[in-house]
Amino acid sequence: MSSGHVETQQPVHPAHPSMVTGRTFADVNRDVVRTLQFPGNLYFGWMSFVALTLAGGIFAWFMQIYYGMGMSGKRNPQMWAMYITTFVFWIGIGHAGTLISAILYLFRAKWRTSIYRSAEAMTIFAVMTAGLFPMIHLGRMWLPYWLIPYPNQRYLWPAFRSPLLWDVFAISTYFTISAVFFYVGLVPDIAALRDCATGLKRRIYAALALGWQGTDRQWRHYKAAYVFLAALATPLVISVHSVVSWDFAQSVVAGWHSTIFAPYFVAGAIHSGLAMVITLLIPLRRIYRLDAYITQQHLENLAKLIILTGLIVGYAYAVETYIAWYSNNVPEWQRFTYQVTGEYAIPFWIMILFNSLVPLLFFVKRIRTSTPWLLAIAILINIGMWMERFVIIVTGLAHEYDPYSWGPYYPRWVDISITLGSFAWFFLWFLLFIRFLPVISIVEVKEELPPPMRRQNGGE
Amino acid sequence: MAESKVASSFNGVVGSFRYLDSLLAAIEQLRQAGYRELQALSPVPHHAIEEAIEKPPSPVRYFTLAGCLLGAVTGLTLTIATSLYYPLITGGKPIVSIPPFLVIVFELTILLGGLLTLGGMLFNARLPKVNIGPAYNPRFSEDQFGLWVRCEQKDHETVVTMLRNAGAEEIVPAGQG
Repeated sequence: MSSGHVETQQPVHPAHPSMVTGRTFADVNRDVVRTLQFPGNLYFGWMSFVALTLAGGIFAWFMQIYYGMGMSGKRNPQMWAMYITTFVFWIGIGHAGTLISAILYLFRAKWRTSIYRSAEAMTIFAVMTAGLFPMIHLGRMWLPYWLIPYPNQRYLWPAFRSPLLWDVFAISTYFTISAVFFYVGLVPDIAALRDCATGLKRRIYAALALGWQGTDRQWRHYKAAYVFLAALATPLVISVHSVVSWDFAQSVVAGWHSTIFAPYFVAGAIHSGLAMVITLLIPLRRIYRLDAYITQQHLENLAKLIILTGLIVGYAYAVETYIAWYSNNVPEWQRFTYQVTGEYAIPFWIMILFNSLVPLLFFVKRIRTSTPWLLAIAILINIGMWMERFVIIVTGLAHEYDPYSWGPYYPRWVDISITLGSFAWFFLWFLLFIRFLPVISIVEVKEELPPPMRRQNGGE
Repeated sequence: MAESKVASSFNGVVGSFRYLDSLLAAIEQLRQAGYRELQALSPVPHHAIEEAIEKPPSPVRYFTLAGCLLGAVTGLTLTIATSLYYPLITGGKPIVSIPPFLVIVFELTILLGGLLTLGGMLFNARLPKVNIGPAYNPRFSEDQFGLWVRCEQKDHETVVTMLRNAGAEEIVPAGQG
């Protein structure tokens, strides 16, 4: 056998050793396909629980549509209340998925490979959940198409100066680009599933795989498209939560009208999203026994990122406090003292504690490498981040300039059921995802492994 | 193997390799022998294959650029033209207020840039494809590498020998690679 190419050959091992070790290409296919087997009772138990909760949410929404917005706890001046809180929360959750799938890809952070698929799926489902809320929140929810920019019968177009319209553009672009990015990444993996499936499943996977064969021509254009999509998604994700923050910051409401809002919201979004990734990965890894792919090192890296975002969020809280005092602006300071000591003091202190103080525990290596601690802290951060949005929205609206327009907000069962239903809706999609699509990217994990070589396999 | 059943639409052969270095060797030898129309099939993209096959860089980037430019122009046109069409002053701000419009411009730049990137990838990779061809081996998405070589019927034997010498384990005639 003559093969004189070896001298010119590039090193085939990646510079950093892969975090997935001791697996061959065929092992990866087998291990990932294994997760798609018919699931056990635990899966159906969760599915039933999620479906029931969702049914409760749908029923509450139905009551709200039938009897009117008064069924919810929304009263003047609290017209945003829980729905927009939950909307902002879910949009934020999505951001960590794009951070892991696109930003870490551009930074060549190779450890992302085995977790990015689930994180990206989380993004899609979180945006799908968030997208419901502007509709739920509408008084006349049968007119959501008014959000689409088109002229009325007098040829008056929507105000492109309005942050609410920016939001429409930002969220729909974010959803579209995330879905495209997710799907492009899935195509070669679906082709791998197609190649080992039979019957109807095979036909569905074959249609979704678009006839992918893995030719060098396909890979060449695929890789080019993938890097550009990542490069487009990166500024997009930063812009989306900035635009969401401008829904608040562009108004004159004390406590909202602040230049720090955009970076503060983006950091908070990634903070909550990373916590959600950990919350999803730990059970996923346990149930499907994916410890070889989702290692403790992955979770530790996520925990380190949470330290960073937690510090930024903590810094933002400190700056807000400082500016409220230093600005010498009476409404600003009044609203701040109301926030800290008023009716919503408990959510406020939960927010401070869970978002900026508890994550500091991750500085301790024992804690950030312990699965129970990781899961517990991640859940606390999720709660804290929901509270943060609640505190921003509700205390802002409760204490505007004129005392006659002050008013608190108390959620009713409809608001609470719809919010819980949104979690159910999110988990429903996620459960369907882990049932039918590979939770780990087959291709990208294999890319990190040394390819099968005749010359180096001699010793094995 | 199936070598005896040479299809009437014969236009090449496909060899399957278990090892990446065997595939690279085959590509190099065939290229030296003057076979330029090669197509490698692999479970993962690999720069060594790309370098061995030597194709020009993907033109997808021009699609991305065109999409981004189109998006930016659409955004500017949409916001400026509709504002001028119905000049209604709100909040004492200019009719054409560029800074807020830039948000729309930015989002549309990304949106159309991303969509055209997808379109460019599908167009250049000739996807979607309805038939994946009889020469495709399901293990190409698992752990085997393939090499499709376009050749005349008369060169069939030579190519098969070269593939086999390079380490191909299974060689089948191909209709379309």
